[in-house]
Amino acid sequence: MMSLKFEKRPEPSRAMLYAAPLIAGALTLAFGLVIFAALGKAPLNAFYVFFIQPVNSLYGLGELTIKAAPLILIAAGLTVGFRAGVWNIGAEGQLVLGGICGGTVALVFHGVDAWWVLPLMLLAGTLGGMAWAAIPALLRTRFNTSEILVSLMLVYVAELLLVYLVNGPLQNPEGFGFPESRLFSESATWSPLIEGIRMNPSFLIALGALVGLYFLLSRLYLGFQIRTAGLAPDAAHYAGINASRMTWLSLLIGGGAAGLAGVNEVAGPIGQLLPDISPEYGFAAIIVAYLGRLHPVGILFAGLLMALIYLGGESAQIALQVPDSVTGVFQGMLLFFILAVDFFVNFRLRMARRSQEGTN
Amino acid sequence: MNATAHDAADRPVIPRLELEGVTKRFPGVVANEDVDLRVMPGEIHALLGENGAGKSTLVKCMYGVHQPDEGRIHWEGDPVTIATPAQARHLGIGMVFQHFSLFETLTIAENIALGLEDVNDDPRNLDDRIVEVSELYGLPLDPRRTVLKLSVGERQRVEIVRCLLQHPGLLIMDEPTSVLTPTEIERLFTTLRQLRDEGISILYISHKLAEIQQLCESATVLRHGRVSAHCDPREETPHSLAEMMIGSEIPRAERPASTPTPAPVLRLDGLSRPTDDPFGVSLVDMNLDVHGGEVMGIAGVSGNGQAELMRLLSGEDTSGDPTRIRLGDEAVGGLDPAERRRRGIAFVPEERLGRGSVPDMDLVENTLLTGAYQGLVGRGFIRFARARQLAERIRERFDVRTPSVDAQARSLSGGNLQKFIVGREIEQHPRVLIAGQPTWGVDVGAAAAIHQALVDLRAQGCALLVFSEDLDELFEISDRVAVIFNGHLSPAKPVAETSYEEVGRWMGGLFPGADGGSTREGAHDVA
Repeated sequence: MMSLKFEKRPEPSRAMLYAAPLIAGALTLAFGLVIFAALGKAPLNAFYVFFIQPVNSLYGLGELTIKAAPLILIAAGLTVGFRAGVWNIGAEGQLVLGGICGGTVALVFHGVDAWWVLPLMLLAGTLGGMAWAAIPALLRTRFNTSEILVSLMLVYVAELLLVYLVNGPLQNPEGFGFPESRLFSESATWSPLIEGIRMNPSFLIALGALVGLYFLLSRLYLGFQIRTAGLAPDAAHYAGINASRMTWLSLLIGGGAAGLAGVNEVAGPIGQLLPDISPEYGFAAIIVAYLGRLHPVGILFAGLLMALIYLGGESAQIALQVPDSVTGVFQGMLLFFILAVDFFVNFRLRMARRSQEGTN
Repeated sequence: MNATAHDAADRPVIPRLELEGVTKRFPGVVANEDVDLRVMPGEIHALLGENGAGKSTLVKCMYGVHQPDEGRIHWEGDPVTIATPAQARHLGIGMVFQHFSLFETLTIAENIALGLEDVNDDPRNLDDRIVEVSELYGLPLDPRRTVLKLSVGERQRVEIVRCLLQHPGLLIMDEPTSVLTPTEIERLFTTLRQLRDEGISILYISHKLAEIQQLCESATVLRHGRVSAHCDPREETPHSLAEMMIGSEIPRAERPASTPTPAPVLRLDGLSRPTDDPFGVSLVDMNLDVHGGEVMGIAGVSGNGQAELMRLLSGEDTSGDPTRIRLGDEAVGGLDPAERRRRGIAFVPEERLGRGSVPDMDLVENTLLTGAYQGLVGRGFIRFARARQLAERIRERFDVRTPSVDAQARSLSGGNLQKFIVGREIEQHPRVLIAGQPTWGVDVGAAAAIHQALVDLRAQGCALLVFSEDLDELFEISDRVAVIFNGHLSPAKPVAETSYEEVGRWMGGLFPGADGGSTREGAHDVA
C-alpha cells in the first residue's frame, strides 16, 4: 500500500525562499491566462491588456505609483507586526479611520488657504489609524483577546461609521443629498509631483516608510526585540523584552501607517470623503507584505506588482468586458500560490510504502 | 548469513532479538551504521553510549517507529520486518519510554486500557489484572487513581505494568533511572531482576556506568552510531567502559581554591508562591543563602518546583512579594529579567532552543539576547562589530564548534549551543549565575568543559546556583547542596558533610521542613 506524506525539510533552501514569490507570480500569470482563455479571450491579448497597456505610458506609470503608495505604506507598517508575531488583519479599518480623521480636518478648515492644513490632516489621519489599532492592542494586552478577530471586526465598524458620516454630519450641504462630503480645498489636497500625471508625494512617503522599516529591522535594537518576540516568545521573555510593549508598538505602527495611507487617498486621488474610499488596500497589503518576504526591498516590488494587478483589472474590465472581480481573482491566486510554494519550500512530499517487503 | 550459521553453532540458545548490520540514515546524518546486537532470553542487556551516540534511533528501529535502511532484524530466530509499534507489541516487544506517554487526567486503569490491543476486556477484569501484576512484581499501584497525582516513579510503574500485561518477551527501558531517586532506582532494579529470572529479556539503555555494572550481564556499546564494543560489564571497570563509550577518559573539572564571601550575595528569605497552574508546583517558604565564590547545587527530581523557582529568580515571573529575593541588600524580586541582568544576575535556562537562544538567528544576534547592555547597543542602534567580537570570543574561549558565528543557533549541536549560552552568560561577568540543568543532553566532552567554566567562575568570586537532577554533577562541582522537593527547599549542607544516600533520601522528601503530608511516593518508600 502506498501513501503520500509530507515531511519537514531539515533545512529549507534560502534560495528557494527568495525564489518563491517569483514562482508564485509566474503561476498566477499562467493560471490567469488560462482563465482568460476559458472566458473566450485571446490569452496574449489579455496579457497585453492586463500587464502592459496600463503602464506603457508616463500617465500609466503615475497611476501605478498612486496605487502602489498605499499598498507599500500599509505593508511596511504591517510588517513590523508580522515580524513581532502580532497579526493585525484590520489595516483596512485603520485606513478608513485615517481617512475620516484627515477628512474631518480638511472639512473643518474648508476654504482656509494655509500651508499647515495638509500636514495637520496627515497627523490627524495617522493618529486616527493608531487609535483604531489601539483597541485590539488594549484588548489583547489586558484581556488576552485575539487581535486577529478584533482588528478584523473593527474593519466593518469603521466602514459603517464612514457611511454614517457621509450621510450625516460630514455630508455636503450643497450635495443634493448624495452620500459624500464637499470637495476638499486645494490646501487640503496633494498636488501632483509632475504636471500631467497624478503621481503625488504619497509615493515618496511610502518609499520613506520602507527606508524606515529597513533601519528598524536591520539596525535598531528595537527591531531586534521585535524580531525576537516574533521568532521565539520564550526567548524574548527570558531576555526581558516586554511582550505587551511589542504588541502596542506593532499595532500602533501598523495602524498609523494605514491611517496615513487613508489620508493620502482622500487628500489625493479622491479629494473628498465617499462611502467607499479604498478598494481593500488594507487587505491587499497583507498579501504584499508576505509576497515581499516581510523585507523592505521585497515589499517595494510586491507593492508595484499588486498595484499593476489593480490597474490591469480596471483595464481588462474596459477592454475585455470582464467583471471587476478579476482583480480579486488575481489577488487570491497570488496569495494562494505564495502560500502553496512556501509550503513546498518547507516540506517535501514523500511516497511512503506502508507494508514493507524486504529489499534484500 | 555466514555469521548466523556460525553463531548458531556456537550458541545453542536462539537469541530473543538479533540485529545484523542495521544502518539508519537521516538527511545529513548517519544515526546508526552497521550495528549488530543480540539479546538472549532471560538476560538484562545494556545498550550503552553517550547522548547522541544513536541509542534512541536504534531502539526506535526495534520498536517499529523507524525502519532501518539496511540490515536485518531477527525475532526468536525468524527474520522480521517491524513496520509499526503495534506490530512490535504483537511480537512481544514492550517499551517504556524516557518521556512517559500517559494522559494526566485519566486514571491508571483508563490509561492502561487505552494502550492495550484487546479492548474487549471489561474494565473490572482489567483492574484485577493490574493489581495482580503490580503485586507480583513489587510495583504497587491503585488502578483507580488519576495519573495527575502520581509521582514520576509511579508513572514509570504504570508504563511497566502496561507492558507486562501484554506478556512481553523483551522489555526495552529507555534511560529509566534518569527521573528516579536512589531509593526508587533500587526498587526498579529488584523488579527488573525478578523479570529476568522469569525469562523476560530486558534491553536497558543508559549512559550511567555504575548502574550498568550493577544490573547487566552483557552490553553493547555505541559510539558515533557504530558499535565500539560488546562486553560483559561486570568484568569491566568504569574506566574501561567509559573508554569504549567516548574513546577517552572522562575528564573531571579541576577545582581551584576559593574563599566564599562572608556575606551572602543571593538570598531567598521565606520565598513562597502558590501556583496558578493545575500542573504546577506551589513554592513554600524557601530560604537559601548563596555566597560569592561558592557553587550551590540544588538537587531534586524535575517537576518539584525547579521551573517555578528559576522563573522567579530570573525575573520571568515577578509575581509575589519582591522583598523575598535579595541581591546583596537590594530586593530584586519585582525586577524584570533585563533589570536583573543589569544588576549582575545571569541565567542559563533549561531550554536551550527557543528560550536560551533564538533558533532562527545567528550566533552574533544571539549575543544580543542577554548582552544588549554590555556595550552592544548604542543610541538604540545595534553595534554589530562588537556583537561579532563577543560571539567570536565566546566561540574561542568556550570551544563552540561551528563553522562560523554566522551559523543559526538551531544548526549547532546541543552541547555546542549550551557551551555558547553558558559562555555568553559568563562573559557578562555576573555576580550571580543561575543555571538549570546545564549539561542535560550534552555529550561528555562538552559537559566537562561546562563544568570547568562554572568552577572557574566560582574562583572569580561569582555566586553560582546550579539546578540538576544529576547527583554526580552536583557532587563534582558544588560546595554545598540543597534539595528541592514538592515546592519545599531543604537546608543546604556542605558536600563534604553529606552523601549520595542522604541527598537521595532528601530527594524523596525526607528532610527537615519538607511537607510531611505529601502524596509523593518517595516519602512512603522509605518510611
